[in-house]
Amino acid sequence: MGIKRDISHTVWSVRGNAVMDVVTRSLEPLIAALRAAGYTVVGPTVKDRAIRLTEISSAAELPDGTGDVQEPGNYRLTERDDGMVFGYAASPDSAKRFTQPPRQTLIRSRGQVIEEVEPEAPRIALLGLRACDLAAIAVQDRVFLGGRHPDPAYRRRREALFLIAVNCAVPGGTCFCVSMGTGPKATAGFDLALTELAAPHRFLIETGSERGARIVAAIPHQAATGDDVAAADEVSRTAAGRMGRTVDTEGVQEWLPAAHDHPRWDDVASRCLACTNCTMACPTCFCSTVEDVTDLSGDVAERSERWDSCFTLDFSEVGGSPVRGSQRGRYRQWLTHKFATWYDQFGTSGCVGCGRCITWCPTGIDVTEELSAIRYGTEGPSCIR
Amino acid sequence: MHPMTPVPYRVRSRRPDRADTVTLALEPLSGPCPGFLPGQFTMIYARGVGEIPMSISGRGRTGTLVHTIRAVGAVSRALCRKRPGDLVGVRGPYGTAWDVPGAAGLDVVVVAGGLGLAPLRTVVRELIAHRSRFGRISVIAGTRTPMTLLYPRELARWRDAHDIDVQVTVDHPDPAWKGPVGLVTRLIDRIVFEPRRTASFVCGPEAMMRAVADDLLRRGVRPERVVLSLERNMKCGVGRCGHCQLGPLLLCLDGPVLGYDRAAGLLAVKEL
Repeated sequence: MGIKRDISHTVWSVRGNAVMDVVTRSLEPLIAALRAAGYTVVGPTVKDRAIRLTEISSAAELPDGTGDVQEPGNYRLTERDDGMVFGYAASPDSAKRFTQPPRQTLIRSRGQVIEEVEPEAPRIALLGLRACDLAAIAVQDRVFLGGRHPDPAYRRRREALFLIAVNCAVPGGTCFCVSMGTGPKATAGFDLALTELAAPHRFLIETGSERGARIVAAIPHQAATGDDVAAADEVSRTAAGRMGRTVDTEGVQEWLPAAHDHPRWDDVASRCLACTNCTMACPTCFCSTVEDVTDLSGDVAERSERWDSCFTLDFSEVGGSPVRGSQRGRYRQWLTHKFATWYDQFGTSGCVGCGRCITWCPTGIDVTEELSAIRYGTEGPSCIR
Repeated sequence: MHPMTPVPYRVRSRRPDRADTVTLALEPLSGPCPGFLPGQFTMIYARGVGEIPMSISGRGRTGTLVHTIRAVGAVSRALCRKRPGDLVGVRGPYGTAWDVPGAAGLDVVVVAGGLGLAPLRTVVRELIAHRSRFGRISVIAGTRTPMTLLYPRELARWRDAHDIDVQVTVDHPDPAWKGPVGLVTRLIDRIVFEPRRTASFVCGPEAMMRAVADDLLRRGVRPERVVLSLERNMKCGVGRCGHCQLGPLLLCLDGPVLGYDRAAGLLAVKEL
């Protein structure tokens, strides 16, 4: 399968070459410049007792002094006394609902006509994405653009997104991006990348695209000093050493599908509720289904596509009967696809190590623990707690 | 155009095949019908009801796309009710194909279970179009009752006019039935082929295909020459909905037509 990164042309340059890093004290001018450039700015805010991506018009809406605690099946916000704006890990929101809307109308049909419904592609600046989120977008690019049937609506939505990464300083208890090779430092796929620095409080800004450079040019800034760059590197280095979890994926493409009869599948199935939370929270899970509706007259019909989950009983059928009648079969499908057969289909792992599936699993199933148990048994090397 | 947008087609003709099965010939409202290869499928859309993958069962005399459809679910029932002139949506053709030219110089064994004969008809028609290139050709068709046999006149024509050994077996005979009763595998004993020089094309229920494939392998047919057509539900046909996964495969792209060398191990895993 010919896989190529169709979006890579938006990446203009990488740090350390032509583009100088800059430093700014406040994010207010950045948000104003993005809005002036026609972007709706969507960033982290405290909502529903969680960090949620919502529209903001001012830096004052960002969650200063908020932290989080994440453990298997547990998420709660905490207060920080250091005033950090980005002092928390991956939030329940990822970029997925902006790249792949939870529901989108595809076609409308009436009489002898089947017409495509013009997809919305709002100009949105996503502020506060993590390295794992950018990696997830790159995975979705492969799914929706990399194959034989590229999706022009995805491409339009994707190109209308301005991506502002924030390098993680405080990984969560369920994070394992280092194991997946996706973080904690954002290295590609962003328009701008921020690193929050202390004493004095400031942000180092790296530029990843031409349009990113235009925004930087429009805001007050000073050139980054060697000390600024060294401090930012230290943030990422420290974060890398504070991963909540690790997972050994060496050879996973071979050993995981081969372990289809492992007793651990029965064990995890006894804990899995098949609630679909992991697939909804996952930033790469792309499965969808379609729904058809007609108006009351029956003359006009619409079909829409919406997120689906491989944990539902009717997800896969043959001859009208479920292929995976047991939770064992459905959990095995999800985990094996995510970590192994995704490579066969899309040339990459489906997991970016964000830990959302662990945090948001109501029974606290931990994929790193399951993988370790399948590979080494429960007595072998386990995840770091 | 978006890969999920159907092209409007009209029903050109409709022929009831048996109680619950009809054959529709479809043509685009404008432009020519797309080409297809034996074993490929389309996504057919019944407005307001839904869209399903459907094997192509032939090209009509006026170049139409022919589908034989059995009414088993909401969408297939709606499609079976369509009349000449009605609108349907079509995407595709999609998927992998049976390599009929690759069977040149070999004996050919075609094994169909039930509606599996519909896609295999495109194989047999291509075999007939180049009859001299192939050795012995056998078609084995299994069906529930004599009344549910698809294309009975065409089967007779294959036998009488094209030097094809056509064998039919039924699960439940009626009093008039004088032919074989039971599984299609039992008919493999009745046909003549040189296993090491044989290509086999198989389509039917999964359990039937596995039994046939295992039997052919035991007789010495090479696994990559036993080629099945696998079935899963699909919402997109283009590798984006995830529903048709079989282990590493997305059957809409990597299938539905698949050699038993790759399929055997995957089909052996329960609930894969």
